[in-house]
Amino acid sequence: MKKEYGQGTGQPDISVNLGGLSMKNPVAVASGTFGYGFEYEDFIDISGIGGVIVKGTTLEPRPGNPPPRIAETPAGMLNAIGLENPGVDVFLNEYLPVLREKGVTVILNIAGNTVEEYARLAAKLKGHPGIAGVELNISCPNVKEGGLQFGTDPVMVKTVVEAIKAECSLPIIPKLSPNVTDIVAIAQAAQEGGADALAMINTLMGMAVDIRTKRPVLGNVFGGLSGPAIKPVALRMIYQVYREIDLPILGGGGIMNFTDALEFILVGASAVSIGTGNFVNPCLADEIVDGLIEYMQENQIAKLTDLVGAAAV
Amino acid sequence: MSFLAKGRVLKNQQLADDLYELEFLAPQIALKCHPGKFMQIRVSEQDDPLLRRPLSLYDVDVDSGSISLLYKVVGQGTRIMTSFKPDDTIDVMGPLGNGFTMPNYPLNAILVGGGVGIAPLMYLARWLILLDCQVKVLYGANTAGELVASDRFSRLGVELEVATLDGSAGYHGPVTDLLKDQDPHEVDSFYTCGPEMMMAEVAEYVACNYLWGECSLEEHMACGVGACLGCARKLKPADVDYVKICKDGPVFNVQAVEFMMGR
Ligand SMILES: Cc1cc2nc3c(=O)[nH]c(=O)nc-3n(C[C@H](O)[C@H](O)[C@H](O)COP(=O)(O)OP(=O)(O)OC[C@H]3O[C@@H](n4cnc5c(N)ncnc54)[C@H](O)[C@@H]3O)c2cc1C
Ligand SMILES: Cc1cc2nc3c(=O)[nH]c(=O)nc-3n(C[C@H](O)[C@H](O)[C@H](O)COP(=O)(O)O)c2cc1C
Ligand code: FES
Repeated sequence: MKKEYGQGTGQPDISVNLGGLSMKNPVAVASGTFGYGFEYEDFIDISGIGGVIVKGTTLEPRPGNPPPRIAETPAGMLNAIGLENPGVDVFLNEYLPVLREKGVTVILNIAGNTVEEYARLAAKLKGHPGIAGVELNISCPNVKEGGLQFGTDPVMVKTVVEAIKAECSLPIIPKLSPNVTDIVAIAQAAQEGGADALAMINTLMGMAVDIRTKRPVLGNVFGGLSGPAIKPVALRMIYQVYREIDLPILGGGGIMNFTDALEFILVGASAVSIGTGNFVNPCLADEIVDGLIEYMQENQIAKLTDLVGAAAV
Repeated sequence: MSFLAKGRVLKNQQLADDLYELEFLAPQIALKCHPGKFMQIRVSEQDDPLLRRPLSLYDVDVDSGSISLLYKVVGQGTRIMTSFKPDDTIDVMGPLGNGFTMPNYPLNAILVGGGVGIAPLMYLARWLILLDCQVKVLYGANTAGELVASDRFSRLGVELEVATLDGSAGYHGPVTDLLKDQDPHEVDSFYTCGPEMMMAEVAEYVACNYLWGECSLEEHMACGVGACLGCARKLKPADVDYVKICKDGPVFNVQAVEFMMGR
């Protein structure tokens, strides 16, 4: 479908409304891969990024997992960081004011081990301006349900999303775990709980072995696989959810360049996130935005929304 | 300040069996270099191998804007690096991390390097000489052929003592044996990089003689800038916090570290 350029500026409209979260462009940087943004300031203007999804934040500080925490794998990497973070109070009082001052679109990623923990964390965000939205990491074990991951059970997903919605008026974006049999059922449960948008996918659980020591490489034994190796899985899951569930999707998993990003948009992502790609190219977010604008101009596409889901048959 | 840049390869020379020196032009980065900092090199434009490889600054010439790295071929990434040719453009990021502490006045320093761990000590020696320090380098390797940095040290005008495990050059034995011939009253500071067992002995010498010393550590890295928290290590097992080698280091005070013998 061909359209005129928007607003007569010659610039296509690439802004995104992700379930009430407004982004100046569709490219966010993924949680845990960009710190709090400051770490990358030598390389990229962090206020220009569509959304900076900060490191997974918990109610109390966490020390993280014993090393080794990362292992490179074919076209990917495993990580078992263990949610090392200084806790939500440090984030709100020390980091957020600086990010707000810089005009960064901040998306807070939260994690917990009980429904109450998530709810208390969400309640703490009141009275702290500068958070554009909350991404909900549900790939965490629920200690009250025998350590079963929240994100693998529709009932738990609905419960935790509801509990957070009750405490927090910001756009809530549950981040789905790909380590499930029926991703659509999980997405459905998130929607029923009141989710404003969906982020997908988180890492795929994997492991690596050292044949010299005959031991697992990672200190935590298992870790999350990310990078180009998981892209086909991410595309498939986003495609499935886009067709069944009426919520905007923040899509990611192995995006390394603009054409990867376009593939995610075509299968149904309204915006994209870059994770592991930042390690390889810290300017990737900007490059993808430039690539999208150029593509839209060349193909006379006025609004990014015209491309979302175009490949869904 | 660090940068992402395209470096133009000037040379990529094999110095020994598995040791290479890569020199490239990156003037903007060269201006910000400091001994002990490191570069993250993208070895392939493909997605595999994916991550950048961290390599210490071996030498830097600010006037010409060139940066040298000394690398050992140990796996897929460093093997690909051996195919870099003059005039190739390579994707480099740096300088990263915290380098060695520079003295405020000319002092007597001993640098202890083992194997490819000698790399960051070359650029350090250059700075210390510029600061009018007395610099002695204790340089160990398996064989004479692996002592690839010796000539360059000699040209710098440092005092050099070498040791080889096979006795093919200098002292026959581990380089740390050379410590017992040093007069602790004649030294102010130690700097070391190499196998952790070697650095542990330097640290012990430093502690026993009430001296001061710094070492450079390694850990697998993804981002290199403190964002991913992947390169965590407890400097001592009883420490509560993990340091990030890329951001808090790679240089640390030797007394803060309990070394890992297998490394
Ligand atoms: C701060 C710092 C400075 C370094 N300086 C030098 C130097 O000047 N010269 C030199 O030869 N080597 C140096 N190293 C080690 C060098 O980074 C590794 O030898 C190199 O990454 C190996 O890559 P590979 O693909 O050949 O090996 P592979 O074993 O195939 O690599 C697999 C993965 O493990 C990582 N890896 C393997 N060994 C190491 C290691 N020792 N340290 C960190 N990551 C590792 C690789 O980066 C890669 O992601 C340094 C490491 C660090 C952390
Ligand atoms: C080192 C590292 C740390 C991560 N930490 C988090 C985290 O704290 N919370 C979270 O929801 N996802 C985390 N992730 C997952 C990423 O946000 C992203 O969803 C995943 O890596 C897939 O995208 P990618 O292939 O582009 O990296 C982490 C990923 C990596 C590689
Ligand atoms: S390599 Fe990412 S924090 Fe050090």
